[in-house]
Amino acid sequence: MRWKKVEYTGWGRVHQANGELARPERVSDILLATKDEAAPALGMRRSYGDACLNDGGKAIDMSRLDRLLSFDEDTGLVHVEAGLQFGQLLKIFAPLGWLPPVMPGTGFATIGGGIAMDVHGKNHHGAGSFGEHVTELTLATPDQRKVVSPENDAELFKATVGGLGQTGPILSAKFRLLKAKGDVMVVTERRVKTWEDFLPLLDASEATYTVGWIDATAWGDKLGRGILEEAETGGGLVRAAKRSKSVPVNAPGFALSPWVVRAFNAAYWRKVPSAGRTVVKPVDDFFFPLDKIHNWNRLYGKQGFHQFQCVVPVNAADQLRDMVDKIARSGLASPLAVLKRMGPGRAGYLSFPMEGYTLALDFRNTPQAETLMRKLEDMTLAASGRIYFAKDSVARPKSIPAMYPDLPKWQETVAKADPDGTYATDLVRRLKLRDLT
Amino acid sequence: MSQTWIILGATSTIARAFARLLAARGHSLVLAGRDQNELQIIAEDCKIRGAEQAEAVPFDARDAKTFDPILAQAEQCAGDVCVAVFVGSMPPQDEIDQDPSLIDGTVTDSFTGPAQFLTAIAPVLEQKGKGTVIGVGSVAGDRGRLGNYVYGAAKAGFHTYLSGLRNRLGRSGVHVVTVKPGTVDTAMTWGMDKLPFLAQPEKVAGDILKAADKKKDTLYTPFIWWPVMTVIRSIPEHVFKKLKI
Ligand SMILES: Cc1cc2nc3c(=O)[nH]c(=O)nc-3n(C[C@H](O)[C@H](O)[C@H](O)COP(=O)(O)OP(=O)(O)OC[C@H]3O[C@@H](n4cnc5c(N)ncnc54)[C@H](O)[C@@H]3O)c2cc1C
Ligand SMILES: NC(=O)c1ccc[n+]([C@@H]2O[C@H](COP(=O)([O-])OP(=O)(O)OC[C@H]3O[C@@H](n4cnc5c(N)ncnc54)[C@H](OP(=O)(O)O)[C@@H]3O)[C@@H](O)[C@H]2O)c1
Repeated sequence: MRWKKVEYTGWGRVHQANGELARPERVSDILLATKDEAAPALGMRRSYGDACLNDGGKAIDMSRLDRLLSFDEDTGLVHVEAGLQFGQLLKIFAPLGWLPPVMPGTGFATIGGGIAMDVHGKNHHGAGSFGEHVTELTLATPDQRKVVSPENDAELFKATVGGLGQTGPILSAKFRLLKAKGDVMVVTERRVKTWEDFLPLLDASEATYTVGWIDATAWGDKLGRGILEEAETGGGLVRAAKRSKSVPVNAPGFALSPWVVRAFNAAYWRKVPSAGRTVVKPVDDFFFPLDKIHNWNRLYGKQGFHQFQCVVPVNAADQLRDMVDKIARSGLASPLAVLKRMGPGRAGYLSFPMEGYTLALDFRNTPQAETLMRKLEDMTLAASGRIYFAKDSVARPKSIPAMYPDLPKWQETVAKADPDGTYATDLVRRLKLRDLT
Repeated sequence: MSQTWIILGATSTIARAFARLLAARGHSLVLAGRDQNELQIIAEDCKIRGAEQAEAVPFDARDAKTFDPILAQAEQCAGDVCVAVFVGSMPPQDEIDQDPSLIDGTVTDSFTGPAQFLTAIAPVLEQKGKGTVIGVGSVAGDRGRLGNYVYGAAKAGFHTYLSGLRNRLGRSGVHVVTVKPGTVDTAMTWGMDKLPFLAQPEKVAGDILKAADKKKDTLYTPFIWWPVMTVIRSIPEHVFKKLKI
């Protein structure tokens, strides 16, 4: 296998890695690469922080192994290689009336990355996490391929799903697609005036897909104002999506300065009429709204940005309100803040979801933002919540055991699967995830 | 009208992207190459993506015996037959300098093997009186360069062959497209330093299909390579020989 020396980053571009990457183009390549030297697998590096980095070491880029291996038209069961992107899956199957069961907010994420983070979508409250739909996966171990299912090896399965790639490269996975009414989304948008109105609306939503957008720059009596989006699949014609745009170079620092963000948020909020509205959108516009602008991460300039995402239990809603208030008063928040009701669904020992509310938002990479995020990490811990590894780049090791009570079980299984720690990544080292406690 | 596409070197990264585009149009695919396991996977992927049929067949540019079954199949094909050649190999020039016997294989893979196959299938295409032949050459064939002139020479030979084939087949309604990609992000270039205008295989595959639809004779892809090569071709040899580009 040929290894290429590269400098690479996660989506937030705060951390960097220098290392060697192999990029298998065929199955025999990956089996060879893993024999050569076991190294962590990477997808499209859509994780924000350092989960997809191995500084100073080797890693295997799985993005070219992206084939559909089989599809059963009667049951919707597909078998795909791990490098396939969610967006491709959607593009191929939506016209046939099928949807991936769960999709993260970017179509560029791969199925392998989706499993290793046990990703959630706008339907988490009903459909659960992606890993819950996976019936079988195949790992490339140094000596052979190993088929793992919840039936044949429940522990290894739970250590792999949401397991940050620590049990070895995932080659392929089987899961069932969901039958859809058509290939467009019927979306109802409603303005929400305050935080106090928001949570009951999220709790009561009966839609298949529900997500809340909040203006994290508004405070006082406007705190928590935002837009509630509820959607179902539908049939009918909709014009083809416009061609995507791209951010060619790093934006200057002022592009997302506080007053720009505040003005943007206020305008976005008013865009939805006070009486609400219903619109029909192409599926990819609804599921992957940000993908239309390629490399939008460059809007934050060279120094990069962070995303903070936490989930707290339902009874800690007031603590989450305090966090939003703190964020709004800091003036550091970006336009993109998402609030969602999560169900209990999770499939692995280290899966992020828990029944409760999840909040996600971006901060430009500044010392003030880092201090604020540390404070938010402490508040999350005090609220018995947890932070999301797919987004994190600043958390400290001491917070993790309480946030992830199944950590010892994961460690035990991973130690068996990879005794030498060859699949460790920068995030795993930073958070000391594999150091037995 | 149903089309059957014979793809030589179907495991190539660019070929895989091209086959997916054909699959989405519902065409039938004959995926020819040396790695049967891999070709089976590609065939299944193409079927799920909409190909009417897709099958893997053995093909080795260095073994003309492998051509016969494919030629026989083409003769029996009821609909239109099209051929796309992606076969090629580029051993590093310094390895060739050490071992000149590598030249034979390089020329066979990138030129004479595919040319033999195309010459053998030409009467079948003439008989049908329509169809398309796509030959993937390279900008490296436009000028002999320090870094890869044996590969470049093989590609230059292939370009000239394709131009002659176009002259011949054009008379019976069969169109020939010569494709000259610049640098493409595939296994062939993985690990090479700082390649200019590196293109993604999906982009190149899309350009190739568009060129075939529009019956273009020669395609530079991505387009930037057309002006770049126009300049490079026009540099006088006494100047060019001193350059390192
Ligand atoms: C705009 C945007 C929106 C997002 N929205 C959501 C969302 O709504 N919900 C959500 O849950 N997440 C969301 N994410 C996060 C994203 O879904 C995850 O970070 C996902 O893991 C990225 O997939 P990837 O293929 O890029 O993997 P990478 O980021 O490259 O890797 C992530 C982890 O998976 C491992 N991995 C990747 N491929 C393999 C493999 N084949 N075998 C073994 N391990 C592997 C890596 O080692 C690493 O630990 C979003 C990200 C962005 C940029
Ligand atoms: N990548 C670039 O920058 C670039 C630039 C200009 C032109 N090109 C040309 O584009 C074409 C596709 O290349 P690629 O970039 O996609 O690289 P690739 O993935 O390495 O493809 C090369 C293909 O040639 C096949 N091949 C080599 N020798 C063969 C033989 N004796 N018999 C049968 N098949 C043989 C290989 O098949 P196996 O599976 O059997 O090995 C492989 O499918 C090549 O002709 C290349 O010269 C590439």
